[in-house]
Amino acid sequence: MLSIKNLHVAINGREIIKGLDLEIHAGEVHAIMGPNGTGKSTLAGVIAGREGIYDITEGEITYKGKNLLDLPIEDRAREGIFLGFQYPVEIPGVSITNFMRTAVNEIRQYKGLPQISAGDFLKKMEEAKKLVGIQSKLTNRSVNEGFSGGEKKKNEIFQMAMLQPELAILDETDSGLDIDALKIVANGVTALRSDENATIVITHYQRLLDFIVPDFVHVLFEGKIVKTGGKELALELEAKGYDWLKSEV
Amino acid sequence: MEILTKDFSLAAQMVKLFDDNHDLIFKSDTPEITDRRKIALEVFKRLGFPDNKDEKWRNTDLKKSLQAEYNYYFEPTFQKGIDLARIFQCNIPHLETDMISQLNGWFISENGGIKKHADGVIVGSLAVAQKEFPDLFDQHFGRYADNEKSGFVALNNAFACDGVFIYVPDNVQVKMPIQIVNIIHHDQNIFVQNHNLVILGKNSQLQLVQCDDSVDHQRSLINTVTEVFIGENASLDHYKLQNKNDVATLINSLFFHQERDSRLSTNCITLNGGIIRNENYVRMNGENCEANILGVYLVDKFQHVDNQVFVDHAFPNCQSSELFKGIVDDSARAVFNGHILVRPDAQKTNAYQNNKNILLTDKATVNSQPFLEIYADDVKCSHGATVGQLDETAMFYLRSRGISIENSRMLLMYAFAAEIINHIKIEPLKIRIDDMVKKRLRGELSVCEQCVLHCSTMEKPINFEIDLSKI
Ligand SMILES: Nc1ncnc2c1ncn2[C@@H]1O[C@H](COP(=O)(O)OP(=O)(O)OP(=O)(O)O)[C@@H](O)[C@H]1O
Ligand SMILES: [Mg+2]
Repeated sequence: MLSIKNLHVAINGREIIKGLDLEIHAGEVHAIMGPNGTGKSTLAGVIAGREGIYDITEGEITYKGKNLLDLPIEDRAREGIFLGFQYPVEIPGVSITNFMRTAVNEIRQYKGLPQISAGDFLKKMEEAKKLVGIQSKLTNRSVNEGFSGGEKKKNEIFQMAMLQPELAILDETDSGLDIDALKIVANGVTALRSDENATIVITHYQRLLDFIVPDFVHVLFEGKIVKTGGKELALELEAKGYDWLKSEV
Repeated sequence: MEILTKDFSLAAQMVKLFDDNHDLIFKSDTPEITDRRKIALEVFKRLGFPDNKDEKWRNTDLKKSLQAEYNYYFEPTFQKGIDLARIFQCNIPHLETDMISQLNGWFISENGGIKKHADGVIVGSLAVAQKEFPDLFDQHFGRYADNEKSGFVALNNAFACDGVFIYVPDNVQVKMPIQIVNIIHHDQNIFVQNHNLVILGKNSQLQLVQCDDSVDHQRSLINTVTEVFIGENASLDHYKLQNKNDVATLINSLFFHQERDSRLSTNCITLNGGIIRNENYVRMNGENCEANILGVYLVDKFQHVDNQVFVDHAFPNCQSSELFKGIVDDSARAVFNGHILVRPDAQKTNAYQNNKNILLTDKATVNSQPFLEIYADDVKCSHGATVGQLDETAMFYLRSRGISIENSRMLLMYAFAAEIINHIKIEPLKIRIDDMVKKRLRGELSVCEQCVLHCSTMEKPINFEIDLSKI
């Protein structure tokens, strides 16, 4: 589904990602862990197509057989890529309902489908809300405006449930969530899991991986994946930290 | 009719026009009013029309507007065969207003030009009011519109012949909003000077919607003065909607005079216009006054919008708050000049002022000058101005959900403007303006086809449903 080969990314002339390889197939869940500032969010931003910051100096990314780097941000989303933001953006004046309706319809249009009916849309909203346990009144508010940290994260998963992506990248969706919210969010992600889609979870905490069980755990360190293992690697990292990896690099 | 040619200075021609037409201009005057007109003309002779050397006009250039040829009328003028009922039909669903119409600055009515309602409310033509209610007229006319503010105000005070007159007696709460629709529609270039007078008695209440529209593409110069007296503990909720053609020059001076405990909310929505200059003067003439002065402007092409706000805190314990927001596209230009004056006695004043702009191109410009002049020490005042582009991270966020660049921009621009639109307290009006702003941002709104509040010359029906999916 997604294949990254020898990716090099610089920000303001400073190399952040330094030769990264990653293969993801449909049905898989990959966890990416690693110390602060090693380029996890940068990788997520590059996959989502964020413009104006990243300089991709080398390497390639293919997604469903297409050259991903050729696609503008919105086409990547329409092709099924979803980024759950580490820091969701507040957009005063745009209601979540309006935001989601516009997004759903644009994606449908891209796929040659007719606009969603008001009834179907509302039904979808209700289902998505239930999935992540968010209250009705939240969706009448402006996108993320004045939301608590946890509400923002839940809102990301709500959007994911609305858009039903093929490849979801969840960038620290667990941070800021209390233990109950964490379970709800994790169950939501698990419920959306299928053989056709894949998930990348970026996290600092092994705890999340008890709920969203990964097939692979990667350690991103100074711009490279330095170790890949099964879910037990997360436990090892939790116990030992990252220092021991330095000697292995 | 008089023709003002472009070969001589317009100011000199206006002075001559005044002197040559004393009989027409003074015909309904008491000696007192005639004196006021003469004084106003003397001030105009001294000030002339403003030019760029004048600090307050540095960023608004009227040369072209003042050098064109215009027709000037001392009596109502309409194009032949015009269907007034059609032009002034207003079809905002669920908006019930008491509508009064002005065509080319002249009051239009079938019933004698003025109506006195059972509750004592008077609505009608200024010219008729001058004859039928001389006491009210003399007491207020020209009292608040200060000649010294600009040559335009002085000239209007000298020439004013018609406009709208509204009187709300003490203790009367007017239920239905009053809507003034001022349409400019002529087959020649035209110079219009109308003068509106609105008087609110003690403890009274009024919602007033003032619409300025063009329904053609003829050049015009409109010099409007509106004087508003807000009596003790009275409340005015005022809206000004502007949708003029690209060769219209509109000079719109509003003078609000607030007595103690009164409340004013005024909201100016500019959707289109060649050159629009709004001057808002608020005089707080007693304690505990409150004024909210809001505005939103959407300009593109070579349009020019200039909002001037002057709030005079003359008494203690008053509050004023200003917020103007604008989206400036293409080579358009926006000017904002806010001036808050807190006089020495005006302790415990709260005064806020803010102007926020989004520039969509490199060629668009904004000149924003908030200004505080404070002579009291126990006050809370603040001002701010921002000029920026659409937020990059917000654009990324929206696009990352599959929304196109154009629609993402639209959503952000609309959200920016909505902060002002959401203050509209007349719900059907809010829905309609909201719709118009969306149309405007999509480039689908134009004068003639879809004027602010009437939809007369259109062939196709307007669809009022807001298609959420399209914004
Ligand atoms: N917009 C930017 N401008 C400048 N530097 C940036 C920008 N975005 C990221 N960086 C830098 O790139 C490096 C990697 O940042 P990134 O956000 O990818 O780290 P991360 O692994 O997600 O860290 P964390 O665990 O703290 O979220 C950091 O040194 C950061 O300062
Ligand atoms: Mg990060």
